[in-house]
Amino acid sequence: MIQTDLLIIGAGPTGLFTVFEAGLLKMKCHLIDSLPQPGGQLAEIYPKKPIYDIPGFPTIDAGELVDNLMEQIKPFNAGFTLGESAVTIDKDDEGQFIVTTDKGTKHRAPSVAIAGGLGVFTPRKPPIANITDFEDRGIKYIIKDPEVYRGKKVVISGGGDSALDWTIFLAEIAEEVSLVHRRTSFRGHLDSVDKVMALAEAGKVNLITNAEVKEVAGGDKLESVTIHAKDGSKTVVECTDWLPLFGLTPTLGPIGDWGLEIEKNSIVVDNATDYSTNIEGIYAIGDVNTYPGKLKLILCGFHEGTIMVQSAFKRAYPDKKLSFKYTTVMGGVGSLE
Amino acid sequence: MSADINIVVVDREGQRHELVAPTDMNMNLMEVCKSYELPVKGTCGGMAMCASCHCYVESDHQLKEPSDDEEDMLDQAFFVEDNSRLGCQIFMHPDLEGLAVTLAPESE
Repeated sequence: MIQTDLLIIGAGPTGLFTVFEAGLLKMKCHLIDSLPQPGGQLAEIYPKKPIYDIPGFPTIDAGELVDNLMEQIKPFNAGFTLGESAVTIDKDDEGQFIVTTDKGTKHRAPSVAIAGGLGVFTPRKPPIANITDFEDRGIKYIIKDPEVYRGKKVVISGGGDSALDWTIFLAEIAEEVSLVHRRTSFRGHLDSVDKVMALAEAGKVNLITNAEVKEVAGGDKLESVTIHAKDGSKTVVECTDWLPLFGLTPTLGPIGDWGLEIEKNSIVVDNATDYSTNIEGIYAIGDVNTYPGKLKLILCGFHEGTIMVQSAFKRAYPDKKLSFKYTTVMGGVGSLE
Repeated sequence: MSADINIVVVDREGQRHELVAPTDMNMNLMEVCKSYELPVKGTCGGMAMCASCHCYVESDHQLKEPSDDEEDMLDQAFFVEDNSRLGCQIFMHPDLEGLAVTLAPESE
């Protein structure tokens, strides 16, 4: 069990800066994030994109901002549970929250700050009615152990790097690999595109462009997919596996079932006081929350986290006096380490 | 100040909405839809990185060719047709008077 003063769900910019503000109050933080690295959307979606509205930085790349935040919070030694998503929340006899991840890791804290941004990144699933019947019975959206495809007949869909890379890799070990893509050109590294084209020419990959998998069929396991071409023709391809690789998209996920007041996929908070939700001790900050006049901006998340930790401090240390100090007056954060 | 334009957006229930869009605010179609509270999420904020503003252009306006980023994102979307575009990449301009689009089905 990981014990902390403030449990932060989401290690995006808002969650990271909250560690700093909590650290100034000598509160220890622990962060949970479903992604394997900190930074949230900034690291996952647009690390190379410049941001122009961070006060004091005329321009800064998203990835660089994450690096800077990590540097800024270093003195406070926050804990991280990465690559796991928060699934359940319970309260124990002492009124502390227990948050458990999908991998079973348990965290305990008097306050929880949800800084979940857009939510948990999950694979995009093609809109085929019976697709769920074959999940893990031939259909997988994320490949963890490529060896299971040795000697199999595999169909891959998608036009990005992961579709190309797996096509190249599986061409070596699978009995048959087909790559289906909606147009003729591919995004992704030129080198990978060239390799796939060469494999197709050599007859090692069955390249099917201007087409999409629209139907799946089988019994206990997947047996075939039906490919619809742009010209209206349909082809049934017998296969043991279909790997639709269409990238990740965020959804609010299990947090939506925690009994919090939700409005349009966002958590309703009291912005007049401390960004608390309808459950005492649970706060929501950054892009995940909503209130009248809400703006989804990084700088607003920083502000919300700063205000919120004052309230979380009182929950963690009800008997301690809280005095607000400027970091300049303190001569930096060294004295707090 | 440039003139406002009239555009038509058909939502996912088939309901027709006549919108008035300013052309001097650097607004894109996703933002115009959101300002009218139409069910367009615009998750990524307009960076062509989520496809939640995927729509079909029904009028015969000559739009700028989609960028590589937009095509790449459409590769990850579903229900993509020849007239598919991302609303966030269509900027309001006087030439787009009478633009008509239909919102693509949500796939997530």
